[in-house]
Amino acid sequence: MSHHPGFPYLTVLILLPAAGALLAAVLPNASRVVYRLIGIVTSLAVLGFAIAVGFLLQAGNGGYQFTSHHVWAKSLGISWYVGVDGISLFLVLMAAVLFPIVLVSAKSNRDPRAFVGWMLLLEAACMGSFLSLDLILFFLFFELTLVPAYFIIGGWGYAGRAYAAIKFFVYTFFGSAFLLVGILVVAFLHQSQTGVLTFSLPALEHTHFSSTTGILLFLAFTSAFAIKAPLFPFHTWSPDAYAEAPTGGSMILAGVLAKLGTYGIIRFDLNLFPQASRTLAPLLLTLAVIGILYGAVVACAQRDMKRLIAYSSLAQIGFIALGTFAFTTQGLTGGVLLMVNHGLITAALFLLVGWIYERRHTWQVNELRGLQRPAPVLAAIFTVSMLASIGLPGLNGFVSEFLILSGTFLTHRWWAVVATLGVIFAALYLLWAYQQVFHGKPKPADEKTRDLSWAERGIIAPLIILIVVLGIYPKPVLDRITPSVNRLVDRVELVTHTHQPPVARFGTNGAEVQATVRSAP
Amino acid sequence: MLHVAFLIPLFPLVGFVVLLTFGRRLGNPLAGWIGTIAVAGAFVATIITFAGLLGRPSNAREFTQSYFSWIPVGGLQVKWAVLVDPLSIFMCLFVTGVSMLIHLYSIGYMHEDRDYSKFFIYLNAFVFSMVLLVLANNLLVTFVGWEGVGVCSYWLVAFWFERDSAASAGKKAFMYNRIGDVGFLLAMFLIFSKVGSLNYLTIFSHTHLLGSATATAAVLLLFLAATGKSAQIPLFNWLPDAMEGPTPVSALIHAATMVTAGVYLLCRMNPILGLSSDGRWVIAIIGCATAFVAATIASSQHDIKKVLAFSTVSQIGYMVLAVGCGAYIAALFLMVCHAFYKGLLFLAAGSVIHGLEDEQELARMGALRKWLPWTFATFLVGWLAIAGIPPLAGFWSKGDVLANVYAKSFPLYVAGVITAFLTAYYMSRLFYLTFTGKARWQEAAGDQPAHHTPHESPWVMRIPLLVLAFCAFFGGVLDLPWTNRGLNNFLGPVFAGTLYHDNLSMTSQWVLLAIDGVIAVAGLAVAWVLWRVTASRPALTPAFLERVWYWDDFYDALIGRPGQAVARFSATVIDAKVIDGAVNGVASLVKSSSTGARRLQTGYVRNYALGIVLGLAAILVFMVSRTWWS
Repeated sequence: MSHHPGFPYLTVLILLPAAGALLAAVLPNASRVVYRLIGIVTSLAVLGFAIAVGFLLQAGNGGYQFTSHHVWAKSLGISWYVGVDGISLFLVLMAAVLFPIVLVSAKSNRDPRAFVGWMLLLEAACMGSFLSLDLILFFLFFELTLVPAYFIIGGWGYAGRAYAAIKFFVYTFFGSAFLLVGILVVAFLHQSQTGVLTFSLPALEHTHFSSTTGILLFLAFTSAFAIKAPLFPFHTWSPDAYAEAPTGGSMILAGVLAKLGTYGIIRFDLNLFPQASRTLAPLLLTLAVIGILYGAVVACAQRDMKRLIAYSSLAQIGFIALGTFAFTTQGLTGGVLLMVNHGLITAALFLLVGWIYERRHTWQVNELRGLQRPAPVLAAIFTVSMLASIGLPGLNGFVSEFLILSGTFLTHRWWAVVATLGVIFAALYLLWAYQQVFHGKPKPADEKTRDLSWAERGIIAPLIILIVVLGIYPKPVLDRITPSVNRLVDRVELVTHTHQPPVARFGTNGAEVQATVRSAP
Repeated sequence: MLHVAFLIPLFPLVGFVVLLTFGRRLGNPLAGWIGTIAVAGAFVATIITFAGLLGRPSNAREFTQSYFSWIPVGGLQVKWAVLVDPLSIFMCLFVTGVSMLIHLYSIGYMHEDRDYSKFFIYLNAFVFSMVLLVLANNLLVTFVGWEGVGVCSYWLVAFWFERDSAASAGKKAFMYNRIGDVGFLLAMFLIFSKVGSLNYLTIFSHTHLLGSATATAAVLLLFLAATGKSAQIPLFNWLPDAMEGPTPVSALIHAATMVTAGVYLLCRMNPILGLSSDGRWVIAIIGCATAFVAATIASSQHDIKKVLAFSTVSQIGYMVLAVGCGAYIAALFLMVCHAFYKGLLFLAAGSVIHGLEDEQELARMGALRKWLPWTFATFLVGWLAIAGIPPLAGFWSKGDVLANVYAKSFPLYVAGVITAFLTAYYMSRLFYLTFTGKARWQEAAGDQPAHHTPHESPWVMRIPLLVLAFCAFFGGVLDLPWTNRGLNNFLGPVFAGTLYHDNLSMTSQWVLLAIDGVIAVAGLAVAWVLWRVTASRPALTPAFLERVWYWDDFYDALIGRPGQAVARFSATVIDAKVIDGAVNGVASLVKSSSTGARRLQTGYVRNYALGIVLGLAAILVFMVSRTWWS
């Protein structure tokens, strides 16, 4: 909780987009340009603040920084308590990168005022969720994300949007009910033990739970997060929602909102219930591995590109959960990094298929053919995004995938082995889809497909640059994630009296220690 | 002089970036020349580095150059760094040298292609990945190159993507390699978990941390990776399909360089292979089996490139066999000679295909000796070299492998000799059908009209043929048995302690070489009798061999079709009916049990949503305002 600069950066990150949303809402009958400008300028300003936070964050310090803590209702124990560490920083940055791209690319949407308003509100809610260190505050933001997302799917979506929006809303709302009950129980148990009613995460970390209570609370929290992520088998809302949402909606749903689930698991489950997380790790790891293989297998049978990306996301989320519950430095760091990488890659893929739809009005792979000839730049950018998703080394997806699998192998060897098979499938369905859409002789309807305009290239360029740069030089990111992850791993180990293998921390020196311990009687 | 090592990957990388940015504007043939010059720069940088290495005493030829950190997480510290040692520089020398020649050849061969500049983008990217693969100082950066060459192979096989067969072949190549990649990844996880590092030198100095079971597992996993990349049983059947790519690609990637990456990996990891005798036996047996099976298939193919493709599989089988016997230097000797003569054969075949306007069927060739004299002469050298006729390169390098195998295991030696006979036979069949006999291309066949008079290729294509023919003829001098064995001396330190010494007497060596020579001549003679006059002998090309021992059909029946069925079932039944069905079931249950309460509520999610947003907004506004003033 060190480093307390005077300027409340994090509060600004949350309030600025909210203010932008409000401005769009109160400004009546302005022209389309004005609303678009409000959206773009606001989200770019947020990005600027997020980058500033990234530069000012102390890299070696794993704790919460930029914290600001203001008691709101003392009798209720609720505070405006925000802070950032290496785990949340890059999610904030990733979200701050995606929102401007969404707002710039959605140029032809009808009712720009409402669209911009909902999007900025969504950004505020996402920032709030990633930055809250107070459980009630987190819950409020976590719930608040539902509403704009619901309206965006329902208002700007495609044919099946009504069903998809309601399913999304009811399903995730259902999970949240458990979360709220869980939060209240934790706080009351803490109060009964210490006499203090508080919802502050660092304070609640010291609450003691019996093993059954811990497991039940873990399940209550995790049900909300598993639905949001989504983890197998709670995923069936996501193909509908991702497919029916407008392009920008799909980008944010899969890129940012999904991460609220996995982030919640890491931030709250692991910090509050280390023992239960350990005990139930085999269950979660198994669901993760099933998700990886199952998502990939089902993706192989999809004919609709958006659904294909949705199932591919299910597999990727499985990788995140796998790294998380491996409880190693590499696994968790990889998990956090994959949240960021998956956000960037999936957003790029949704953006690209959105552009294909604008040109050809279909997502069905068998209605498209040979697009590489008329649209070579589109094909090339799609190829880079696809290869990043497949996990080609040199691009960002590989770094996270490798860290997760090597970290999982250290503690849960056979889960890692089965999950590694998932890398075969990812290539299978994506290359198949690519061949269907881009290879072959174009049919007459395909021949005139317009290639990406310079504006479109400019919109997607930040994503492609990040995909390449984070693949080759992820060190600045890893140097900030790892200390926070180590802090978390230490805490889990302290509570559960378990240890990750020494190699995870100390490399070859650790390996020597391991060998000595093993050869000792 | 070792400090210029960074230029070896940098030249093709810069070439790639330049061509990617300006390729289309540079156009034909400037883009091709830029690509060629970039690779030539890498070749020169390699020679300078090589000279620097030779300037050091033979026990101090190891030099690491680190650029920047890549993945630093706790105990896992991976850098972008290269290891300059005799093995990596040996590989770089022939990789950049052959690549340069094939770039030059492509300037002529791809002359009429509409995606001319794109071809050189891919080709430079390939060379970059390949030198990264061999120069890396750790397994993970090698893996970057490994995947890089794989993806370039995918792009180049599917280069004529409008042809469905080309697109599918590219995908198939990628998928088979992905299966091998699982082995590579798991080997890295295993080694990291035991050694705590992926650096080659760290691993090699800490082999005591690996138990024998772990070492065997690591060796088998690495070998799985090698079977994918180097087209060995059971993952060999992507390579013949990869012939859909333009012929320079087949020469460069699918004969001379990329497909030998698996052999390189096994050689690089020789201290680990040294820990597992069981692992090496598996490698030797699979290599031998692949060499034999592929040779039988090559003897009954009807497409000039398919014969060469299966021949490549068979020759790499020999290299793998040598590695399994611990005869690493023999494997590398064969690798470089093979790069010369197989590169040459593919380029000459390309010249034939070019001359006959994209004809690849042997049945539509014949008597080309008169029309393509340069191609004929150079192909002749390649043919005699691979057949093992003394004193050409193939005779010495294959002889070295077989002598080691003889000392190690007699049954494997016998299989190796039979394969050598088959090699001489199928290559001679290919040669006679292409260059001698009747000029069958002059006749119309079925619905295909007769070809025009074939034309010899331009000089940019002939120069690489001549250089490679020279190398294929004299390549043996690298490591002649009665000399001081240059290659053995140079590469020796890399394999100190793990190299197998056959300890054969000089007499035994000469006897074995004599046997090799006789076998080669016998193969030539048998083919001469059978194929000199006729182009069709169905009894000698049975469907079993023609259809690749039904290998593809077997995989399709075993994995392909059941896999599709499982995917469809998962999507339509499990996901849609079972999992989503359960979700909707719960939803409707809740709905029916709450009919009484329904009247209290409007039932519209929309209204709830608005309620929530207003409620939450009110709370948050209140919170923020309190915060601001407190």
